[in-house]
Amino acid sequence: MNAMLKSPFAWLLKREYWEHRRSFLRTQWVVAAVVIALTILGIIAAEVWGARTGNNIQIGFSGSLNDALQNGLSQNTDALVRGLDSMLLSFGLIASIVLFFVVFFYLLGALYDDRRDRSILFWKSLPVSDTATVIAKVVSATVVAPIIAVIVVLAAYIVQQIVMSIWFGAHGLNPFTLIWAHVGPFSTWLHLVAAIPVDAVWALPTVGWLLFWSAAVRSKPFLWAVFIPIIAGVLNFWVGLIGLPHVNIGFFWGDLVGRALLSVFPGSWMAVYRNDPSMLNQLTNMSAGEHVGTYGMMYHTFLTPDMWIGAAVGIALIAAAIWFRRWRDEV
Amino acid sequence: MNAAAESIERPATPPATGSETIVHAQGLTKRYKNAAALDGANFEVGSGRIVGLIGPNGAGKTTALKAILGLTDFEGELKVLGMDPRKQRPQLMREVCFIADVATLPRWIRVQEAIDFVAGVHPRFDRAKCERFLARTKLYANQKVREMSKGMIVQLHLAIVMAIDARLLVLDEPTLGLDILYRKQFYQSLLEDYFDENKTILITTHQVEEVEHILTDLLFIRDGKITLSTTMEEMGARFAEVLVNADKVEAARALKPLDERAAVFGKSVFLYDSADPEQLARLGEIKRPSVSDLFVATMKGTYA
Repeated sequence: MNAMLKSPFAWLLKREYWEHRRSFLRTQWVVAAVVIALTILGIIAAEVWGARTGNNIQIGFSGSLNDALQNGLSQNTDALVRGLDSMLLSFGLIASIVLFFVVFFYLLGALYDDRRDRSILFWKSLPVSDTATVIAKVVSATVVAPIIAVIVVLAAYIVQQIVMSIWFGAHGLNPFTLIWAHVGPFSTWLHLVAAIPVDAVWALPTVGWLLFWSAAVRSKPFLWAVFIPIIAGVLNFWVGLIGLPHVNIGFFWGDLVGRALLSVFPGSWMAVYRNDPSMLNQLTNMSAGEHVGTYGMMYHTFLTPDMWIGAAVGIALIAAAIWFRRWRDEV
Repeated sequence: MNAAAESIERPATPPATGSETIVHAQGLTKRYKNAAALDGANFEVGSGRIVGLIGPNGAGKTTALKAILGLTDFEGELKVLGMDPRKQRPQLMREVCFIADVATLPRWIRVQEAIDFVAGVHPRFDRAKCERFLARTKLYANQKVREMSKGMIVQLHLAIVMAIDARLLVLDEPTLGLDILYRKQFYQSLLEDYFDENKTILITTHQVEEVEHILTDLLFIRDGKITLSTTMEEMGARFAEVLVNADKVEAARALKPLDERAAVFGKSVFLYDSADPEQLARLGEIKRPSVSDLFVATMKGTYA
């Protein structure tokens, strides 16, 4: 382990983290902090409202705030656990949205920004192969950034529960029996961790597509990467509209454009089950805690051709990005 | 020559013959879409030399360096430390360092991070040495490159590069845009703390006056070809400058000078290649030409 942390490749990952800790880490915790702040504001509003209306607030239960909390929650622990789990999930969902934008723009700039500011000449003066450089960027996008996001989600969730505990405690409720005994954050949290490898392999076509344009173009990688597939999609639609032979519209947008641009969204592999009623059924009938998918469902993705065709295309694009990184010499 | 440059003395060098070949180029050619940046250039660089690769803009200097560093594809034969830079770049970069232009350090990096990173990926980097060099500057560990002046960035880059035990150091316009204090300090450090008989430095620069006192070898490049390859000793023996009075100008012209330019009091300066010293002595006072005068004389008509 120690030797691994001191390997040159580990230093390449650290270097990516140093450059992007603002987006990888800070953006995540700022957003989480905003959500927690909103929770606190909500509690204060409930208290103030409760005091003004003579302790007669209705929050889905009848009676005073105290009664509501005491009767409602202690009698309906199932609902409580679901509520707590969905809090974790909402943190997860918000972090996923943030992660999508962070990783998307990270990849677009990964092999472009240092060409623009010429610092590529410094990186290239070191005994590091271009293959190692590019793979470090792939790993940063698909492993490092998601792990940081999951850690922030768990930390934010724990802080949120502490806030809730204080609130419950202030109303004479025992937060240990009510919250901490029921909280199953670790099972839901482990789901988030377990999803990382599935997300990572599923993301490869988008990772490859964005890195390819990042390495290949002289300027404006965003325009190339985003407008080429969109214009192609519109043209294909138009060709279909005038009745000429064309690629199936749904396939084009979903399996080509979508996979090229959106596969870095965590959990987007669930789209593979969109035509599978039994899997969809499983999804809708799950309790909130399992909503990110069962382990079986997650890893079943590895048995679908979508996963591997996408991965193969992604790896080919990454190989092309490495080639461009090696031989583009306009600087 | 200005006083600042004069205090930098050319180091004692081993004889050019018999030293190990560091760079060997034969028919080195690089064509871009409409022009050849390198057109069959031939040159050798031996170990323990400080070589100036000097030429006008667009002559192919940077392309030659990029080929040596494996940053570009090329035709012809090129071996650097016996390796092919196209195929063995990562191995080659263990033994070769370069500072390409000023301010190519990433702007977000901190001094400490730069040192940690290079220490992590470069097997021949000596951290203690680097920190010793940095202790002489005003740089501090937490400082970001974006907070530094151009001169400070070069100080950091040079401290890193000098702490790497490399065989070949390539410098492409390393002091462009720096003030005289930084420029002076840059070359002084290179000579005092870095250069020895096992190292080789290859420099391109427009500021010829500042490096000519440290060079041991000269390569002039023009239109993608090497037009002059000489040691400084040979250059002194081969080229001569004579300050000629107006009455002897015709005689001086008869000896087929490379160049003629006006000097003060109606005198003229003539530059000769391989002329007979006795004949020259009869014309006037003989001087060793400066590299810049030789450069200007041999490159005449380049931009015409």
